[in-house]
Amino acid sequence: MKAPFRYYDFQKDISGCGVFGVINTKRELIPGDMPIKAMCTMHDRGNGLGGGFAAYGIYPDMADKYAFHIMCDTQDGLDRAEEIIKSFFTVHESQPIPTKRTPVIKNPPIVWRYFLTPKQGVDRPQWRSLEEQDFVVNVIMEINSKTPAFVFSSGRNMGAFKGIGFPEDIAEFFRLDEYSAYIWTGHNRFPTNTPGQWHGAHPFTLLDWSVVHNGEISSYGINMRYLCEHDYKCTLMTDTEVVAYELDMLVRKHGLSLQMASKVFAPPFWDEIDRMPEAEKKVYETLRMVYGSALLNGPFAILVSDGTCLMGLNDRIKLRPLIVAEHGNNVYMSSEESSIREVDRVLDNVWAPKAGEPVIVKLEE
Amino acid sequence: MAFAPINKNYHDFFVVRDKDACINCQVCVRQCSYGVHYWDEARQCVRHDNTKCIGCHRCEAYCPTQALLIQEKPSNFKPNALWRPVFIKNVYKQADSGGVLLAGMGSPVDIPVYWDKLLLDASQVTNPSIDPLREPMELRTYLGSKPTRLEFETTPEGPRLKTPTKPNIKLNIPIMFSAMSFGSINFNLHVAMARAATEVGTYYNTGEGGLHESLYKYGPNTIVQVASGRFGVHSDYLNAGAAIEIKIGQGAKPGIGGHLPGEKINAMVSETRMVPLGSDAISPAPHHDIYSIEDLHQLIYALKEASDYKKPVSVKIAAVHNVAAIASGVVRAGADIVAIDGMRGGTGAAPAMIRDNVGIPIELALASVDQRLRDEGIRNDASVVVAGGTRCSADVIKAIALGADAVYIATAALLAVGCTLCARCYTGKCPWGIATNDPYLAKRQNPDIAAKKMANLMKAWAHEIEEMLGGMGLNSIESLRGNRDKLRAVGLSQSEMDILGVKPAGR
Repeated sequence: MKAPFRYYDFQKDISGCGVFGVINTKRELIPGDMPIKAMCTMHDRGNGLGGGFAAYGIYPDMADKYAFHIMCDTQDGLDRAEEIIKSFFTVHESQPIPTKRTPVIKNPPIVWRYFLTPKQGVDRPQWRSLEEQDFVVNVIMEINSKTPAFVFSSGRNMGAFKGIGFPEDIAEFFRLDEYSAYIWTGHNRFPTNTPGQWHGAHPFTLLDWSVVHNGEISSYGINMRYLCEHDYKCTLMTDTEVVAYELDMLVRKHGLSLQMASKVFAPPFWDEIDRMPEAEKKVYETLRMVYGSALLNGPFAILVSDGTCLMGLNDRIKLRPLIVAEHGNNVYMSSEESSIREVDRVLDNVWAPKAGEPVIVKLEE
Repeated sequence: MAFAPINKNYHDFFVVRDKDACINCQVCVRQCSYGVHYWDEARQCVRHDNTKCIGCHRCEAYCPTQALLIQEKPSNFKPNALWRPVFIKNVYKQADSGGVLLAGMGSPVDIPVYWDKLLLDASQVTNPSIDPLREPMELRTYLGSKPTRLEFETTPEGPRLKTPTKPNIKLNIPIMFSAMSFGSINFNLHVAMARAATEVGTYYNTGEGGLHESLYKYGPNTIVQVASGRFGVHSDYLNAGAAIEIKIGQGAKPGIGGHLPGEKINAMVSETRMVPLGSDAISPAPHHDIYSIEDLHQLIYALKEASDYKKPVSVKIAAVHNVAAIASGVVRAGADIVAIDGMRGGTGAAPAMIRDNVGIPIELALASVDQRLRDEGIRNDASVVVAGGTRCSADVIKAIALGADAVYIATAALLAVGCTLCARCYTGKCPWGIATNDPYLAKRQNPDIAAKKMANLMKAWAHEIEEMLGGMGLNSIESLRGNRDKLRAVGLSQSEMDILGVKPAGR
């Protein structure tokens, strides 16, 4: 798509962070208390200007519906978003996201959720021939760029909950201790510039993808332009947004494996590639030539989930911490080992993954 | 001499000779190819004629007693903001000659140098800078067409590539030696460029004068050029290099061709260019088989056919007003590389009016071409190489941040071997032995030394690029390419910033 006017003139959020994730490979539900407690341990990795969680398996009764979480400062803005939603989707449920008034969360936006199925064919006002997920992405982009409301979660049987505050405060606000999920990710944010906005907090999600991220992506300027070439308009001006969009493009649209996508994000160095056997060398040489603009350069540790797995990945020279631990059917990934030990005293295995080497844990079929 | 013509009086330079230091050794007499210094038989000493001096500083450099100083002539015209000295002198010259004003090297006119208005970023606290001496720092670049997406298949041995790929050339450093034809510069320097490019793992461009057979062995690091004169173009030539470049235009003289005078066509040049000894070699302004974009399409595919689709084909265009639309057409016509040459690019000879007034600066051209190709979703279809006025590694890195895949340098490469930018390349009398085929002058360039100097320059710039890249927290050049967020502008208008896609400093 053509780059928007003055696409270059943006203010990007810069932040340091703490991340935590847990997956139960047998889909046994983990109560919200656990990730909340883990994030509490890493309180000092944030400064109260952003916290959030993503949870998979929380809407089993609506598992086949797109669950849109929307936030907006004004009722009017929310109404405008709802108008768009109603024209593109069949609405099955429309309700406020349950929240609790807490003394520390000041001036929260209105948060609302919808359970939706996309209209098909001629019932759609536009994008009639688009494949369903592309269609949903387009509507999300439409709402995010044309109304003051933000779709901050749009997957199925999953949801993101985030805002300004420490993660434990956000958890209390959204009453996350009342949810149980088989995959959780959590995020504690330390932005260094503006106080931040609610929608700028992590996790960042698109369809079933959710990303929490600790780091600063120094290649943002080109990642964002590259995504624009592929019709993704970056509206949130956070590093994490590009991770989510790139995942969507690489895995869903281009059909790469998550493993391959992680090699786009953190490719092997040329001298490693030069030493590979011929066929493998061709794979990685071409991957870097073609997807060089999608490389995530700069320090990062990210946790990614698509609802079927949890992936942890570091940048190519491991400039941010990431620890993985296993116990029974649970696999933990965190910025700090202490947060894992806080919620599970007996671990079978603890290790720090190598730079650029993804750890992918899949749910059992 | 009361009747001396006016232009005799307003020459540009004068020679200061320290009579005490001068030992009358006549080195200056032998070094000056313009006849400034001469032996005065009557007075038994070396004397000089200031009017002939072109300011190349050769005599000054070679004087064993440092007795010589070449200075700009301080005698000034009455100050006049409109009629600056250059215009006055040009009128005198043309009144004498009735001819077109000739010029050499890049334009010296005072148009904005946008490189100087762009500033680079560096990491502080929130992301660590990376030390290239301790961590890997990758400058490797591939030029050529790339697919938009890849498909893999899973095999027991791991993933295998399914998508067919097109030929690319691999650069260890994103800098290449730009086209300077054999004839415009002499053979020694072609040998030097070929060796330097091979040593550092990059490419040199033959220019339009063909490729002497003795240089075929450097083919893996050679880009062979096909220009409107088609000099020295034959099947072996097209297959001798790693890539083929069609030259449509040159930044120093967009819209016109070239003219290598018969005096420069010696036996070797004649053999290489496939033109008769001593006859002028004239490149027409357009290719006479390209009168539109669809004709270019045919030539691109003719060359691909001739080289069995094994080599990327580049198309070099001058940066002119509609460069973005032209570049888009060139990519759609099948070019694997678009080379854009800005108006400050060098030349062996160009009409001064054209050199100084036609075209646009490369920075603006690059920014709009890169953006246009992205807007149209065809940026992966071709690489973008820029040329014209790259003075240092910071210019290179800024070009890459604006969106270039690689940069061509030529003037800097000549400076590396001693050129002093006296800008008289068209006379064939280059005292530094560069833009001349006179064997007496050409042997002043030793190919071994020249190759070393050119390679040194490349390596030095590569080190600096690594440092700046690491400072920005990046460890691979592809994360800088098109990353305009790493640039900020000082002193530019809003519309200039819109074109460059760069924020003002402080924001």
